[in-house]
Amino acid sequence: MQEIHIVDLRRLTQLVKEKYNYDLTNYAMSSFKRRISRILELYNFKGLDALTKKVEEDPVFFEEFLSEITVNVTEMFRDPPFWRELKEKIIPNILLNHQKISIWHAGCSSGEEVYSMAILLKEMGILDNARIVATDIDDRIIEIAKSGIYLAKNMDLNRKNYVRFEGNSSFDDYYKEKDGKIYMDKSLVQSVSYRKHDLVTGPIFSKFDLVLCRNVMIYFNQSLQNDVLKKLHESTFKYGYLAIGSKESLIWCEIANKFIVVNNEEKIYKKIKE
Amino acid sequence: MRFDNLSNKYKAVVIGGSAGSFQGITKILSGIPENFPIPIIMCLHRLKHVRNGFMEALNIKSVKNVIEPFDKQKIKKGEVYLAPANYHLCIELGHYFALSTEEMVNNSRPAIDITLETAAYAYKDKLVGILLSGANRDGAKGMKYIHDRGGITIVQNPDECMIDTMPSAALKITPIDYTLTIENIIKFLNQLSKQY
Ligand SMILES: C[S@@+](CC[C@H](N)C(=O)[O-])C[C@H]1O[C@@H](n2cnc3c(N)ncnc32)[C@H](O)[C@@H]1O
Repeated sequence: MQEIHIVDLRRLTQLVKEKYNYDLTNYAMSSFKRRISRILELYNFKGLDALTKKVEEDPVFFEEFLSEITVNVTEMFRDPPFWRELKEKIIPNILLNHQKISIWHAGCSSGEEVYSMAILLKEMGILDNARIVATDIDDRIIEIAKSGIYLAKNMDLNRKNYVRFEGNSSFDDYYKEKDGKIYMDKSLVQSVSYRKHDLVTGPIFSKFDLVLCRNVMIYFNQSLQNDVLKKLHESTFKYGYLAIGSKESLIWCEIANKFIVVNNEEKIYKKIKE
Repeated sequence: MRFDNLSNKYKAVVIGGSAGSFQGITKILSGIPENFPIPIIMCLHRLKHVRNGFMEALNIKSVKNVIEPFDKQKIKKGEVYLAPANYHLCIELGHYFALSTEEMVNNSRPAIDITLETAAYAYKDKLVGILLSGANRDGAKGMKYIHDRGGITIVQNPDECMIDTMPSAALKITPIDYTLTIENIIKFLNQLSKQY
């Protein structure tokens, strides 16, 4: 495998920015480089120059490129104690003050997180009171999220997570299996709005009681994390909640003082200042 | 045991381990001096979906506090870090961590190759890489990367390993500076410590 030089990467990200209006310049370098090497191998490019040229000349390929650059690995009920905390404390708290709850999954990937939320809300008997928006930068992965069709081999892990979350139903009731594929019960997400949205260049489009942006900002460098966190802050109602991945932290970011920690282990924060 | 090329130029130690390495790691962590001067970064294969317990187990006998870093946490002198469950642990230029949930590498997440390779990229010839007992080939490529960039490479003596696939795989694809028992790895680290 050939070495990838940062200057050459800059040329590629600059091109992407100018031609397609996506800003990848502040993605975390080590994983970004590995994504690029992976694409070089996957499509048998001779080198970074060849890839850059293809991206420049072929907008259809660019969509594929964008899809491969992003890391979409996800699971249902990832970090079961996090989901328990939502069920037992966070969501009941939000519902103390109003009857409806609005939720944004920022970087929803293939939608497992959205199904987890829908199942949780259904089991609490409040699915109909929820407005859920799920967004991602990657068109192709949103299509999978919308389809609700997953690989059967991932279901073992999902079920284990559900059991550790202590769901009060039988996980297998939420899907049907056919020919090695899983068809989720789509009535769970019938009112979810799936949209393409780029956290880096996209607008602030609404406000929510609960924003989940888990394992998305780990792919950004610190300065971009700061910028995106500002947007997430603006998209959260005062006294609403922001949840990030269990190994991410707000401590170092500029707007940390506008949040208080509600659960440090599960990385759930409450917005206390505009 | 004498180790020739030691100096205070080294800025970090990375350790990879898998099946059969727990005991060795525990011994190393209890055998290093309390004032060990540079960071130790460990990537050990572990249960993917058990977040808690492993770091605590290592901490029981360790002379230094072992921590699982957060994404973008700065790497500090003398700290001991452990790759968290279900995340790859990368080291960025500028010496801070970045986590990733990318696909598994060598059937592993965290993958030792990723930690070793990114560490070699960030620390260049100022890195010491140590590979312990293990049942797969994860870490071999990473050790080659460390060697190619001029760092020191050490593997646990295969004769002493519970399962020697991992150090043997490294020995096959790259020159290894020292093949050592755990006891001598501890001696090495103590001598290294005296250079500062
Ligand atoms: C590892 S997945 C996280 C999925 C889920 N939240 C979880 O924690 O399991 C990261 C997702 O972030 C998305 N992403 C990356 N950059 C983005 C951006 N600039 N705007 C919106 N989504 C982005 C990727 O497409 C990917 O689906």
